[in-house]
Amino acid sequence: MADIAAQPFQAAEQDGPVLAADGRPLKASLARALRRQRLRAFMLVAPLLFFILITFAAPIADMLFRSVENQIVPDTLPRTVLALQTWNPDSGELPSEAVFEAMVADLKDAREAKTHTRVGQRLNYESPGISSLFRKSGRGVRRIEEGPYKEALIDVDDGWAEIDTWRTIAQFSGNYTDGYFLAALDMERTPEGEVTILPDEDRIYLFLFGRTFVLSIMITLSTLLLGYPVAYLLATLPLRTSNLLMILVLLPFWTSLLVRTSSWIVLLQQQGVINDFLVTLGLIADDNRLQLIFNQTGTVVAMTHILLPFMILPLFSVMKTIPPSYMRAAKSMGANDWTAFWRVYFPNTLPGIGAGAILVFILSIGYYITPELVGGTSGTFISNRIAYHISSSLNWGLAAALGVILLGSVLLLYWIYDRIVGIDNVKLG
Amino acid sequence: MKLRLTTVMAAAIGGSMAITAASATDLTIVSWGGAYSASQQKAYHDPFMAKNPGVQILNDESSAEAVAKLRAMNEAGNVTWDIVDVVASDAIRLCDEGLAMEINPDEWLAPAPDGTSAADDFGDLLVSECFIPQIVYSTTFGYRTDMVGDNPPTDICAVFDTATYPGKRSLEKRPINNMEWALICDGVAAKDVYDVLSTDEGVDRAFAKLDTIKDDVIWWSAGAETPQRLADGEVVMGSTYNGRLFSVIEEEKQPVAMLWDWQVFDLDGWIIPTGLPEEKMQVIKDYIFFATDTQRLADQAKYISYGPARQSSAPLVGQHAELGIDMGPHMPTDPNNAKNTLLYNYEWWADNRDDLDAKFQAWLAK
Repeated sequence: MADIAAQPFQAAEQDGPVLAADGRPLKASLARALRRQRLRAFMLVAPLLFFILITFAAPIADMLFRSVENQIVPDTLPRTVLALQTWNPDSGELPSEAVFEAMVADLKDAREAKTHTRVGQRLNYESPGISSLFRKSGRGVRRIEEGPYKEALIDVDDGWAEIDTWRTIAQFSGNYTDGYFLAALDMERTPEGEVTILPDEDRIYLFLFGRTFVLSIMITLSTLLLGYPVAYLLATLPLRTSNLLMILVLLPFWTSLLVRTSSWIVLLQQQGVINDFLVTLGLIADDNRLQLIFNQTGTVVAMTHILLPFMILPLFSVMKTIPPSYMRAAKSMGANDWTAFWRVYFPNTLPGIGAGAILVFILSIGYYITPELVGGTSGTFISNRIAYHISSSLNWGLAAALGVILLGSVLLLYWIYDRIVGIDNVKLG
Repeated sequence: MKLRLTTVMAAAIGGSMAITAASATDLTIVSWGGAYSASQQKAYHDPFMAKNPGVQILNDESSAEAVAKLRAMNEAGNVTWDIVDVVASDAIRLCDEGLAMEINPDEWLAPAPDGTSAADDFGDLLVSECFIPQIVYSTTFGYRTDMVGDNPPTDICAVFDTATYPGKRSLEKRPINNMEWALICDGVAAKDVYDVLSTDEGVDRAFAKLDTIKDDVIWWSAGAETPQRLADGEVVMGSTYNGRLFSVIEEEKQPVAMLWDWQVFDLDGWIIPTGLPEEKMQVIKDYIFFATDTQRLADQAKYISYGPARQSSAPLVGQHAELGIDMGPHMPTDPNNAKNTLLYNYEWWADNRDDLDAKFQAWLAK
């Protein structure tokens, strides 16, 4: 007994490191125990981690990588790309016979592998018309047996006699390109190689990014204004009543998104329920019905309704934890209702506001179906353009570039939020 | 107990494998869903399965995203579709991308009953080496008969005439067709439309014409939207596919009429994805041969008002299977309907679609 009690004392007496019971240095022993603990924790989450990496993170990274990838041009036209290095795009002259010969050989190979039209599509994003140039030339090039190749290729399609065609190929011959990012920022590279901003009437993406952020902020604010009193009621009413109210909040949450969006169309359209009601009351004339949908109003109204539960639920769970005695204490010390609310209750709900606002804002920035259906032209988001480029125009490079910019700006906003409010102050319950 | 469970499971698995082996082949056919898939089910799928009891046809309704999904499947190396129904412009893109098989019509398709080869019977409609046309449809206008007074429109330019025909119009949210109609109503001859549209001034001219009705347009992106808006009285006129208007007028008896002037013909048909296993090819070939013969194409017109793509099918088009009305006068190709027509210019739009679409979206957003 005395021996055991003496040991730590002795250890403290020593000059060397503190020892654990088994004689190893305490620091190492502790580190080992912690390491084992960490390993165990890691092993526990590993299946989920690998699942997310393989099915979520890796595909996203692969998709985002497409925003700079341009392998298809050097892969399909290797000889041409090499031969074009000696050509001066500013010379004002067509490339030499050797380049044409290389192009004919590349086109023949590409025709075999059926890749000539793909490279045509890629270059068509930069210069309209190249798509059919490659499609036609793929057919015609089979007939070219011998030189002079320049005349023969121009004979197949006179697009090859235009210097801009060659400039475009030379410009986008690298393994990587900034073309998609420039397009996503409403810029382009002229055939001379300078970066210029598109003329005013062709600009669209920056404008759409701006609109997406402004509308998302409006939606966040209106969910907060509408959701705060509801959450307060839910948190303060007796359990029976508040449970019933809670079901009313959750019921739309469980209803299909498309059903809720479509019902807003029924309500808000010009021959819809709300306009009919206002006309019956005589508030508006029959031939002067309000345009409430297929514009920004429609998007804000429908999305506010759809995202409302995401604001109410975090607010509710935070408000639930605020003891009613705080308000009573404030009032007993002479505060009126407003002061007690503003100085005591409201600051306590800030973590819930932060959580709800971040949830709603980030969800609405990436929202797609509702703006597509009720947004008309003035209420659509950048996500609608991304979806268009993924599923319709097949310009996945541009879609990826737009996605990178959207992701980057959300991360930036998140960082700013963390700096100003502090992410530790966010509470989901 | 545990042993018994394992035995039962093994038996079940063995049994289901035996069933799979016996039931031979599943054929996954991708189409548009709704009334269109129903017409294919009745005209093609059901008779084909009756003839080939070993084949089970599975329907997938993904045609609207077919190009993107096929590209994704191809990159993943796992193509699960056997036959895909797409519009011609998508078929051309799939062919360009190497995602659809090239097809020799005379080898794959049945000749006409009089012996005309398939290539001649389909004629100009074989717009891509990978495309097997099925129907001709058109994008055209319908209008509310009760909202135009005593002066029903007969001319496409009624769309741009908001003084005579006040009210909203429903137009598709893309430049294709709208640009052509705008130029025609701005006085450009139909044969010059694409020459004019190839210049910057021509594009500006088309946008300037569209500007005159911009505030009166509700844009659509799904074919069902215009019929819905017409039925609700939300718009006075709107463009959509002629089959959709047929069902609003004849099946739902809404006060809507067709404005066929300068309808734009387009094609819909089959493609076969590349990279399918060899053993599937025979069934696919059998199906395509069966479903695109003269009688089968004419049969589809019993269920939906789209014109068969074979010349030899046209005389066989009869009456609607349920309504009992003659389908001939409802076909976009009927001479009374086809006085002024445009054919979708596939090559021009393949080149200029991306560029003009960006301009169109920028114009819309302004």
